[in-house]
Amino acid sequence: MVGITSYGSYIPLWRMGGKAMGMKTDRAVACFDEDSITMAVAAGENCLKGSDRTLIDKVFFASTTFPYKEKQGAAVVAAACDLPQGVGTADIANSLKGGTSALLSAFDSVAAKSAKKVMVAAADTRMGLPMEQHERTFGDGAAAFVIGDTDVAAEIEASYSVSCDILDIWRTQDDKFVRFWEARFGLTEGYNKIAAQAVAGLMKKCNLQPSDFSKLVFYTPDPKSSAGLAKRLGFDPNTQLQNPMLEVLGNTGASFALIQLAAALDEAKPGDRILLLGYGDGADAISIKVTEQIDKIRNKNGVKAYLDSKKMIPAYTTYLLWRGLLNPEHEKIYYSGYQENTAVPALYRERSRILTLCGSKCKVCGTVQFPPQRVCIKCGSVDQYDEVKLSDKKATVFTYSMDYMSMVDQPCVLPIVDFEGGGRAEVYMTDKDVKEVKVGMEVEMTFRKIFFDEGIYHYYWKAMPVRFL
Amino acid sequence: MEGIKDKVAIIGMGCTKFGELWDKSPDDLVLDSCMEAIKDAGIDIKEIQAGWLGTVTTGNSGTILTRPLKLNYVPVTRVENVCCSGTEAIRNAAYGVASGAYDIVIACGMEKLKDHNTGFNWARMPPDYSRVDVRTAPAQFFAKTATRYFHHYGLSLEEGKTLLAKIAVKNHHNGTMSPNAHLRNEITIETVLKSPMIAYPLSLYDACGISDGGSAAILTTPEIAKSLKKDYILIKGFGLSSGSGQPFLTTDYDFIHMEENIKAAQAAYREAGIKNPHEEIDVAEVHDCFTIHELLIYEDLGLSAKGEGRKDVEEGRFALDGALPVNPDGGLKCFGHPLGASGIRMVYEIYNQLLEKAGKRQVKNARIGLSHNLGGVPGANCAVAVFGRNN
Repeated sequence: MVGITSYGSYIPLWRMGGKAMGMKTDRAVACFDEDSITMAVAAGENCLKGSDRTLIDKVFFASTTFPYKEKQGAAVVAAACDLPQGVGTADIANSLKGGTSALLSAFDSVAAKSAKKVMVAAADTRMGLPMEQHERTFGDGAAAFVIGDTDVAAEIEASYSVSCDILDIWRTQDDKFVRFWEARFGLTEGYNKIAAQAVAGLMKKCNLQPSDFSKLVFYTPDPKSSAGLAKRLGFDPNTQLQNPMLEVLGNTGASFALIQLAAALDEAKPGDRILLLGYGDGADAISIKVTEQIDKIRNKNGVKAYLDSKKMIPAYTTYLLWRGLLNPEHEKIYYSGYQENTAVPALYRERSRILTLCGSKCKVCGTVQFPPQRVCIKCGSVDQYDEVKLSDKKATVFTYSMDYMSMVDQPCVLPIVDFEGGGRAEVYMTDKDVKEVKVGMEVEMTFRKIFFDEGIYHYYWKAMPVRFL
Repeated sequence: MEGIKDKVAIIGMGCTKFGELWDKSPDDLVLDSCMEAIKDAGIDIKEIQAGWLGTVTTGNSGTILTRPLKLNYVPVTRVENVCCSGTEAIRNAAYGVASGAYDIVIACGMEKLKDHNTGFNWARMPPDYSRVDVRTAPAQFFAKTATRYFHHYGLSLEEGKTLLAKIAVKNHHNGTMSPNAHLRNEITIETVLKSPMIAYPLSLYDACGISDGGSAAILTTPEIAKSLKKDYILIKGFGLSSGSGQPFLTTDYDFIHMEENIKAAQAAYREAGIKNPHEEIDVAEVHDCFTIHELLIYEDLGLSAKGEGRKDVEEGRFALDGALPVNPDGGLKCFGHPLGASGIRMVYEIYNQLLEKAGKRQVKNARIGLSHNLGGVPGANCAVAVFGRNN
């Protein structure tokens, strides 16, 4: 049996919407320091929490918004999620159905016994043109799954894929914003036909009836089309269709179907059969059977918890500033104060410190130090230390300052945090409410971009207020 | 360890006006300060046998000093220890004299900050590009000590900021009497409290000026000094302490003091034979890059008892007419802070105070003076020096 052995989602804290924006719905907005990579890491961390990471031997990362066009996202995700170096990585790019395609590729790897456990992550931060409808209906978010063949909580039973070359929504290599043909064309010739073919193909292949499914997890381009599709295929959208959450989350692109799947698993019962539908340049229909294991892997911080944990961005200009749309000529983006570009060899040799916030723990006196010190600050022992990962530790604000001269992030909160179990670090604080920042507050670490310069995204761990108590 | 107490004399000093000196080049700052010092010492430039030049960002090598002065083929070394580079120039020059290697030497500190947009040439501060770090402006580090100081002593934001504002008000008052100071205006507590927040909890008026400037000193042996002039000062002791980043590496570091301040002062006091700084120091120039640091310095240097900084500020102990005037020339806050020049500027003021040449801001009966010059952010360098009159 091959299927999902653990899962986790991630939805950024921030929402844009409400009357102030002239919007009837809300959408999730990645913070200025988030992108598809950082959100995939957050979902990956959520998915991997408490599990043995050394067992993962492949990572597939699906997105249409990779920060780099040439340089892999999956490698950063694997490293920041502290996966072993022997892991195989691949990006699955350019399609809104990338999430389901990645899931199927993972299934194939495990079924073919070329991998024991594969982590699939999907994340997107797509942009519509300023003030154009997609800007209001897109959302940012991520989901991650581990596919394996032991302790399977949701078996991937079968799948049926259709490929179709159609320009309903697209971006070229150089486009920042999506291009699209009128929605009626995309719906009638695209979604309504192609998605229907995939679902019908799957049911025929497996000899399944609409009543065999307890939940339909359908990608949908708008709030109504998935219900119409379900109805035409003989399902009851009222009882069977998973809420696509468009009015609170938005369409999260390559991760959209998978975040919905995570939401369905948050509430699934053993024996439930889920029909997962990914769409984009064709469609993937996947039949998933929930097992007794589901209760053991149920995610405490599920999609609903993420949706409920939110803050509204104060203004539309905040969104524009965060997306770099207010100063498009700036080559450098120093979110917080100023930063010098770091030498590329330094980024490379310090990768474990940067990507997993690795400190050193003195073998002689036990003092944890960050950054790692070859000579212990307390006892002076030379080269007597173990590496210790700090990115997953809770921490307390020892002291802080706030930079009112910073650019995007103003004021930028600069705490010194003390980690549970030892170690101190000077960091940035993100996703914060300035009024709540104080000495002694509890924080957790989150993987973010700290600045962009000369074509290099600089990633690092920041502190943030504990999101789920 | 014998030390150099009373083995080196300072016989001449110079200091340019500090400020936004748009029409002065780095060479002008070196030349103007050095010529003043040479003239004050009553020597000829050809008598200078060696030189030390302290600068952080304004050029490399000893030629920064030799080229404008045309010091022909004498040994000159550039020293750099961030903001205490000026004191480092004097300290190294003093050791050159005390060792017997040279009879008459020059120390110069100079910084041209305002030729760089925003005043700080970070590109000249390697090797940070070799590290990935949270990099912030200097103000942020000191702001973090302020947050913790307020927290530790239970001060509300308003109480804490008002306390710090009093230090800024004092230094601004003193600055009005310093002809060469960058900022020469009286301010009130309200001026500070209403100024824009720059590095919470510190506001604009908690910060020193970013200035251009040059300063210089002529050092020699006491014997030569005596043969040249009646009044000069003697170096009583030096202390330099270089931390290794303890505040950010160890969770027991409290951020309400700076260990390098304490260690450098202890070393200087030991060499100078000072047992009770609280009573024995008559006047002090300290590194008030931010108001909170002046508060920490009071306690770290033993000018206040631990935890008594607030009380002493309230009682006016460090005002010009107080028991122990601190920063009579306005300090970094008002005289300005051209990094490499500041350490020697402090000594320039102590020199003038001890020789009773400080005019309106003259401290009565100043016999022993101290300069305190920090280099870097908490956990880095601090240089303290103690000086006395020759008689």
